[in-house]
Amino acid sequence: MKLLSFTALQIKRKILSGEIRATDIVNMLFERIFKIDSNIQSFLTLDEENAFKKAREIDKKVANHESVGLLAGIPIAVKDNICTKDLTTTCASKILKTFIPPYDAFVVKRLKDEDSIIIGKTNLDEFAMGSSTENSSYKITRNPYNQNFVPGGSSGGSSAAVSADLAFMALGSETGGSIRQPAALCGVVGLKPTYGRVSRFGLVAFSSSLDQIGPITKDVSDAALLLRVIAGKDKNDTTCADINVPDYLNGIGGGVKGIKIGIPLEYFAEGLDADVRTAVDNSLKIYERLGAKLVEVSLPHTEYAVAVYYIVANAEASSNLSRFDGVRYGFRANNIKGIDEMYCRSRSEGFGNEVKRRVMLGNYALSSGYYEAYYLKASKVRNLIKKDFDTVFEKVDCIVCPTSPVPAFKIAERIDNPLEMYLSDIYTIPANLSGIPSISIPCGFSREGLPIGLQILTNYFEEAKMLQIAYSFERNTDFHLIKPKL
Amino acid sequence: MSISSKDIEYVASLSKFELSDEEKKIFASQLREVLLYIEKLNMLDTENIAPLIHPFNITNIFREDKLEESIRREKALSLAPATEGFFFKVPKVLE
Amino acid sequence: MAYEVVIGLETHAELSTVTKLFCGCNTKFGAEPNTQICPICLGMPGVLPVVNKKAFEYALKAALALNCTINRYTNFDRKSYYYPDLPKNYQVSQNYYNLGVDGFIIIEVNNAIQKIRIHNVHLEEEAGKLIHPEEAGADYSLIDFNRAGVPLLEIVSYPDMRNIAEVESYMQTLRKIIFYTGISDCKMQEGSLRFEASISLRKTGKKKLGNRVEIKNLNSMKSVLKAIEYEISRQSELLNRGEMIERETRLWDEIRGRSVRMRSKEEAQDYRYFPEPDLLPFVIDEKWMCSIKDTIPELPLERKQRFVASFQLSDYDADLLTEDKMLSDFFEECVKVVNLPKALCNWIINDLLREVKEKRLDIASLKMKPEQLASLVGMIDDGTISNTIAKEVFSEMIDTGKEPKTIIEEKKLSQISDEWQIIEIVDKVIVSHPNAIEDYKKGKKNAIAFIIGQVMKESKGMANPKIVNEILKNKLKVLD
Repeated sequence: MKLLSFTALQIKRKILSGEIRATDIVNMLFERIFKIDSNIQSFLTLDEENAFKKAREIDKKVANHESVGLLAGIPIAVKDNICTKDLTTTCASKILKTFIPPYDAFVVKRLKDEDSIIIGKTNLDEFAMGSSTENSSYKITRNPYNQNFVPGGSSGGSSAAVSADLAFMALGSETGGSIRQPAALCGVVGLKPTYGRVSRFGLVAFSSSLDQIGPITKDVSDAALLLRVIAGKDKNDTTCADINVPDYLNGIGGGVKGIKIGIPLEYFAEGLDADVRTAVDNSLKIYERLGAKLVEVSLPHTEYAVAVYYIVANAEASSNLSRFDGVRYGFRANNIKGIDEMYCRSRSEGFGNEVKRRVMLGNYALSSGYYEAYYLKASKVRNLIKKDFDTVFEKVDCIVCPTSPVPAFKIAERIDNPLEMYLSDIYTIPANLSGIPSISIPCGFSREGLPIGLQILTNYFEEAKMLQIAYSFERNTDFHLIKPKL
Repeated sequence: MSISSKDIEYVASLSKFELSDEEKKIFASQLREVLLYIEKLNMLDTENIAPLIHPFNITNIFREDKLEESIRREKALSLAPATEGFFFKVPKVLE
Repeated sequence: MAYEVVIGLETHAELSTVTKLFCGCNTKFGAEPNTQICPICLGMPGVLPVVNKKAFEYALKAALALNCTINRYTNFDRKSYYYPDLPKNYQVSQNYYNLGVDGFIIIEVNNAIQKIRIHNVHLEEEAGKLIHPEEAGADYSLIDFNRAGVPLLEIVSYPDMRNIAEVESYMQTLRKIIFYTGISDCKMQEGSLRFEASISLRKTGKKKLGNRVEIKNLNSMKSVLKAIEYEISRQSELLNRGEMIERETRLWDEIRGRSVRMRSKEEAQDYRYFPEPDLLPFVIDEKWMCSIKDTIPELPLERKQRFVASFQLSDYDADLLTEDKMLSDFFEECVKVVNLPKALCNWIINDLLREVKEKRLDIASLKMKPEQLASLVGMIDDGTISNTIAKEVFSEMIDTGKEPKTIIEEKKLSQISDEWQIIEIVDKVIVSHPNAIEDYKKGKKNAIAFIIGQVMKESKGMANPKIVNEILKNKLKVLD
């Protein structure tokens, strides 16, 4: 089992040196998945056939000393709202139960081009709407550190899989914290790139102006590697920036001496769990010891972020999800008479409650007479939130704060209180609204033994600097090495 | 902001959802709670603030008017819940 | 009771780009069903739109040709409604920042010039096509998505029209302008140009507009006019009976010649417009705008006025010539070669148009070049050939595209201007038609026409009529 707890970079080195074959790793991995995932429930679909095919291909290339891609032989899991050609993509929704995309998402194509081995598709909150992965139509994913607790969400399946050594790395997606929050709750690294750093083509849209795909990995170096592969211009996504992608591993060890870290007062206010606070405070001390300079800063509009988010994200979602109508693909209800009955019954039977709630909220906010009061108002406050960051980044290199106000909560604890659930994203949402990059790294454990995440935010397209700051912490701590007992 | 049962019926119809009376009650109360929370935005004066729709200013991205490969008809139709001949099929649409 | 009629028109024109607005699928009309589709125009999960530059520039060109103010910042908005031919159940359109606003066109009604204002011009995507099977009891409809995503230009007029004649002139003028700019083929029978009307009545002298009724499903300009006429009488009857006009949308039934209610104001759709987040905004700078402006040709009305002024053509002739841009381009090319505008105009609007119509030719790809027609008309003018011969040469030229000189040589059609040769023929005719000569002597002066006819016949139409006339007159004088 020790091999499976290696990082992606470590395993890649072993495969490339011929020390171990990719086929053996894939074999071991599927054995572990079959043994453990009945408890964790992180995967929705497994693709053994193609995984082995790809593994054999890599082994052959290595044996023949042919050149291989950047992710050669690394088994990777993909969140099930990212389209994979000829492999079911459900968004954890009944409405797409049988949907097999005839195309690959841009990022999936990149994974394939760089010789990674896609092992399967992971669970999520239906259409990425949720913070606990309890809103999946298929299964409830469990936190590997304590199976009575949620893994966070919506990328709960990807985070739990990486945390439980069921995948060496994974892709997640974010709209309001869906990579960072579950990464924090599962004790792994989760990175949300700058909006426009990674193509959204093939990511089933939740909120187009907020969505980003990002890496979920065992450590910071793996995140740097995976980001390099998936980032960059895509002619099929015009919101994706044409900005050079550096090798993020280059200079990652540069340290934090002289770096100015902003501590936003608003993120250490009421509602912050005491264990989380202690872990984050200790982390800041570590940074200070490593030579960084701590500066108190203010992001005064933080308290409005959740409200803005629930208008903007759901307005866009209500429109993005209107295409699921039972006409061209996906689920259509049986025994329907008229066209309107087809729409209503297919959508009512096909979507779960959280999706319905959000779609209705979004439609309410856009409906006649409310556009200005809700959508336009929220978009203006969104600008204020962005300006908060602009101001702060004139003074500091990065912002460090907790990822989530609380560690993992118990399954079913919050599911009946949507607002309380929404508020658990309060520290992650501002980065999505403004579009800046952000990473969550392990920084401690609660008294119950549940992981705690530390969040680092930098200015637009400063992922390299962000990774350097994160790596410096990781190299001087061993929280990322403490594995769940399974 | 209060939300009446008429409001919930209206948004359900916009959303193409069919809700039971029980569901209407639950959704109404949950939406009411969220809308109440959202009201805090009204505390801010945004008179002279421009709305932010996209995180940054990129403009004028186009593609050229060049043909690209279409999807095979059989493939497209194979994804559909109902087809007839070379067409997608739906219950009768009355104009 | 006297009412004033207030009419506004919405016009949709499919742009003639090679590919769709947001994807690389073909836009060609008449393809096999569902063969010009892809994940993007089918609205599949996760795919994204990318704007066709040509479509955007065509729309910009149209907005400029319609004298609009261009919104220097513009973007797309989503318009939401459920309909099975609309793949995403929202249409990507423009609402908050239309490409062009506050334009106008000049129309002519009974020789008077009038200005009709344009409220806005915007770009949007076309929907697919629903097919309703005709078999009895069919409880289903079928969808062909080939058309879904074709770029569509919408032109919304102000309610500036007051009668049928104005509506007709507006539609004709608008069609001509769009066609001249080359952005759409404007084929109404293929649905690439469509109109929707909104009509309201108010008591003459009152300012406040009455409730407006929108009419859809108008498949030709004729049905637009018929539907408006029907609506005017329907509304005035209701008003005369003291009833209210309800704001509603009605569908025109061409076969029955009446309209039926589609939906009332209460059922009006709540489109939930908001900025399309999948597409970035557009900023149109001066340079770009000017470069598009430069591609706009002289528009029909100006061209017509110029034809009347500089070529002394009649209003009617100039109208006919400028009906079609290709035709007036052809005319101008001809005039450049030989300065005989009136003669050229006659040849074009009579002979050329007749051939084009009969043989279903396309003016753009005629075998006969303007220089060739010009040289033919020049040869008539300088007496090389007669009109009769010219007709023969013309019909050969249209079919083969051969040079007129070549045709004349091949067929030995060159006019006889050699006096001795003509005298010979005239003498022959005089000898063989003594009765006609007698008649002439008795004072029947019109007998001369008969004799000329015989000379022409004898010469197979090749004798120069002018010379024939002179010689004959001299001969007859001698006979007197």
